[in-house]
Amino acid sequence: MTDTTLAARPPDELIIPKKSLWDRVRKTAPYAYVSPFFVIFSIFGAFPILYTFWIAMHDWNPIGEKEFTGLENFSNLITDPRFWNATKNTFSIWFISTIPQLILALLLATLLNRQLLKMKTGFRMIVLSPQVTSVLAVGIIFTQLYGRDYGLINTFVVEPITGDRIDYGVGTWSSHIAVSTMVMWRWTGYNSLIYLSAMQAIPRSLYECASIDGASPFRQFVHVTIPQLRSTIIFTVIVSTIGGMQIFAEPLVFSGIGGAQGGNRRQFQTLTMFLYEQGFERFKFGYASAIAWALFLLIVTFAMLNYLVTRRISQDAS
Amino acid sequence: MMPKRKSRVGKGPGITTYVLLLLVAVLSFFPYYWMFVVASNDTSVINEVPPRLVPGDRFMENVRTVFNNVPFGRALLNSAIVASLAALAQTFFSALAGYAFSKIQFKGRNVLFVIIIATMMVPLQLGVVPQFLLISRLGWVNDLRALIVPGTVSAFGVFWMRQAIDAAVPDELIQAARVDGAGTFRTFRSIVVPSIRPQASVLALFAFMFMWNDFFWPLIVLNKQDAFTVQVALRQVQEQAYVTDYAIQMAGTIVGTVPLFIVFLIFGKQIVGGIMEGALKG
Repeated sequence: MTDTTLAARPPDELIIPKKSLWDRVRKTAPYAYVSPFFVIFSIFGAFPILYTFWIAMHDWNPIGEKEFTGLENFSNLITDPRFWNATKNTFSIWFISTIPQLILALLLATLLNRQLLKMKTGFRMIVLSPQVTSVLAVGIIFTQLYGRDYGLINTFVVEPITGDRIDYGVGTWSSHIAVSTMVMWRWTGYNSLIYLSAMQAIPRSLYECASIDGASPFRQFVHVTIPQLRSTIIFTVIVSTIGGMQIFAEPLVFSGIGGAQGGNRRQFQTLTMFLYEQGFERFKFGYASAIAWALFLLIVTFAMLNYLVTRRISQDAS
Repeated sequence: MMPKRKSRVGKGPGITTYVLLLLVAVLSFFPYYWMFVVASNDTSVINEVPPRLVPGDRFMENVRTVFNNVPFGRALLNSAIVASLAALAQTFFSALAGYAFSKIQFKGRNVLFVIIIATMMVPLQLGVVPQFLLISRLGWVNDLRALIVPGTVSAFGVFWMRQAIDAAVPDELIQAARVDGAGTFRTFRSIVVPSIRPQASVLALFAFMFMWNDFFWPLIVLNKQDAFTVQVALRQVQEQAYVTDYAIQMAGTIVGTVPLFIVFLIFGKQIVGGIMEGALKG
């Protein structure tokens, strides 16, 4: 064996330059295959995010005139009551739309996870169906349903109970609730499918052990299901934090012709609406960029906080 | 909240489960039904107290008004172009990258993959001001390229296709192709692509639906009616009315949603499967 290899050596060496060229081409292939993502992402994703910080340090208008102002935009932002108002609204809407939504999604998933459930696929498709509509469509439908004079929610629910009609768009809480239900309608089913998928991966034996130990279905849910779903719950909380903190279309549509101000008192203006208003209605690019960075920091901080809290809660359950 | 344990054994879930699920179904469907009721009546009928709760016969008339107020046909075409081109490109590039990450050894493979996953956590919408400046510099304001080009790649897509290729293409098959002298791209074309068709179609559907429903970015880069996508056109329909005319708004909304509804009716099962599979890996 060794001898033949040695004997074959000289001609082999002659081929080496050719072979290594071919090798080099082959070696670049995987980089070429993954490069489209990195090229497009750098241009339209990473670079803009970083450049936003540079723009935020200027008084910058769309024609391209700019004046360096350092951190002035940021200091103005911190003292701008409109910013804190939008921050408060964003958190409030996030909270009202996300917490009940994920709890409902968990319960819905336990229903869909029943053994021997009939029409399984049908039910799964039904709960997912609200996802088909665009945020804009959801906004239009629910804005009509919540209407003060003719909305069904007032006619059939609010008025019979309270004897009065609510103008949902006027109040702070009522508008937040209206916007939150739009988010919930569109996303609860989706999240329940994610939970369902994780539930199906839980070994049956865990439940069998628990029921031998005499644990009630409710206790099994709390002590087996929730801890087993821990990473999935964390995942959904993080995803809805990143998405929910950027909420824009639903409140925009809800405000009707009013646009990005979010009600006459800005009672449901979210941070992304504030960003849009300053950047693309008032054309203050520098200020809008400062808002974008503030929102970016808020999202990162809040997502990390939520990660810790969720981890803690689902740990305690076990 | 939880029906008794015994209902689980043998016969399957009890009546409570079905009643609750039926309630969920009603809540899921009612807004759609109501959308059609409003869209097929005159707004004045909807505005009676108590309102009319059944569909009327003015649907086509309302749809015609939408098409007269904004170039809605053009908007549908624009959305179809944007969503299908982006979906095709995204699926192709994702499959190619997923193949490299799954089946080719190269330096920096893991680092690059982790970077891609990490970008999923970055709220990209926040770079909107420079993104807009960039698009203006390229001369793409009111140009569909402003939507298509950034939509050609997605981190989720790469992740998705890598998982799919891991699961569907055995290493032996790749090695066999290599022994036969096939280059990396030929291996991709003749071995990988045929075995990942189902997962690739689900990704294409996701991308299509996402692009069709995208609103924030199109609203920023499109301000001429001819360039509008469906979502931006719908916003215009909403803003145009001096008196809020829900019949017209809902008629437009239905026309803008029907294409996706058809996609969902045909491929709903695969989409459900895709979401659940994705969740398991995520």
